[in-house]
Parts: sequence; structure tokens; C-alpha cells
Amino acid sequence: MLTVTPHHFLILSFILFGIGFLGLLIRRNVLLMLMSLELMLNGVNVALVTFSRVGNNLDGGIFVFFIMTVAAAEVAVGLALLVALYKKRKSVFTDDMSLLKN
Amino acid sequence: MSTVDFLFWVFAILSVGGGLSMILSRHPVSAAMFMIVSLVGVAALFVILESFFLAVLQVLVYAGAVMVLFLFIIMLLDVGPGASKINLSNWKSGLVGFGCTCLLVGIFFSLNPSSADLVANEQMWPKIPDASTLSSTKSLVFSTEVSAFGYGLMTKYMLPVQISGFLLLAAMIGVIILSKKGDTNQDI
Repeated sequence: MLTVTPHHFLILSFILFGIGFLGLLIRRNVLLMLMSLELMLNGVNVALVTFSRVGNNLDGGIFVFFIMTVAAAEVAVGLALLVALYKKRKSVFTDDMSLLKN
Repeated sequence: MSTVDFLFWVFAILSVGGGLSMILSRHPVSAAMFMIVSLVGVAALFVILESFFLAVLQVLVYAGAVMVLFLFIIMLLDVGPGASKINLSNWKSGLVGFGCTCLLVGIFFSLNPSSADLVANEQMWPKIPDASTLSSTKSLVFSTEVSAFGYGLMTKYMLPVQISGFLLLAAMIGVIILSKKGDTNQDI
């Protein structure tokens, strides 16, 4: 790794996080919002692994391990919620789920 | 520019491009495919950062289990391509998101003392030590061996391991309960 610094990896992590955040805001399909959430978590994983390598530390890598575990569990529960909601609303778009709106 | 640098740019562009294509795609299935491409790109970046165990775990867990679960649900709910358009009345929130990303990158650039030149020196990437001296409360030394990972999980991070076990159990029970057919027709 001669000309690629840790800064490059951290900027990449920021960009991945920002793209996931953007996707969460502009999409109205709940499935795509969940996928953008996963992209945000991946951005954070890249940052953690970079710091783990630079700080000569395995703590960052173990934290990434736990983030992956929690993300998998969260996706499972989120999708189960989505399926239960679909049975009621018959749609996966947040435009059709506006019962609480005025 | 060495091979590793070239590979970094290839996989960085792959993961960022996959992410962008994912949020801008029309059909959810193609969004899932682009997401898988992005995840594999991130796994390759983990390999460049010499965390081989995490790279394999990324492919197995994220691209292999989480995205397959997404595809199951997409196929189950049968979301068509014509319906999933980007709602352009959300352009204000999209602008906020884009502004936040630029703000983050800008803050990063301004706080970095050596941001004037991003040319690396060898001292930024410390060498991985050969013998890993591990103790249960001090920080674990970086190593590419999986055994060091397992050692850290079993000594220093034993409590989070147990808690994530309970978390997975709770998630499993929750998913089973959520997907049961209710006897009485309750309104949400």
C-alpha cells in the first residue's frame, strides 16, 4: 500500500454512509430503505476495519463482527415486520402507510 | 502505482458505484443485485486491509444470508418494476442527505492536519507484528490469524458474545411470532 492512505478508506466510508443515507431519504419502498440501511452499516464497517488496521488493534475487527451479527438480526426482524404490514396494507410503499398523518 | 493501489481504486469505485446504482434503480431485484456487488467490493476492501476473516464473514453473512433474505421477501411480496419509482417530491430530503454527506467529507478534510497532501508515507500503515502478545484486558494486537480473533472473542469480549446470543434468540422468537397467522383479525 504505497499511495493509498487511511484517509482514502475513511473518505470511502463517509461516501458509502452518505449514499446509504441518501437512499434512505429519497426512496419510498420499505425494502429499498432497509437495503440503504445495510449500506450505511457497511460504510461504518469499512471505517472500523481501517482504524483497526492503523491502530494495530483487533478490537475494531471484533466490533465489526458484532455489527454484522446485529445487522443480520435487525434485517430479519425488519423484514418480518414488513411482511406483517404487507398483509394489512397490501403495499410496501410508505405513501400507503400514512394512517397517523393528520 | 502498485497493484494494491490499483485494486483499491477498482473496488472502491465498484462499491460506491454499486451503492449509487442500488439507490437509483427502478426494480427491487436489480437493486438487490447492485447491493450484492457493493458488498463484495467492500469485502475486497477488507482483504486489502488484511482482515481476511472479516472479508470472508462479509461475503458469507451479508452477501450470502442478508441479501438472500431480501430477495426472498422481494419475490414473496412480488413488487413490480413499474411501481417502485423515486418519488421526486422528496427532492428536499434528498438535498438534505446530499448536503449532510458533503458536510461530513468537508469536516473530515478540514480536521485532518495533513490534508494538504494525501501522499502516503510508510508510517501510516504500521507493520503487523509477528508474535501476538495477548492479554485479556489490554488491547488485542492486530493479527491476521483467526485464532487471535477467537481468543479476543472468548476472553475480552465474552459478555458481548453472550448478549448477541440472546439477541439472536430474541430476534428468532420475534420473527416467529410476527409471522404467525392471528386468530382474531386485529387492526394495526
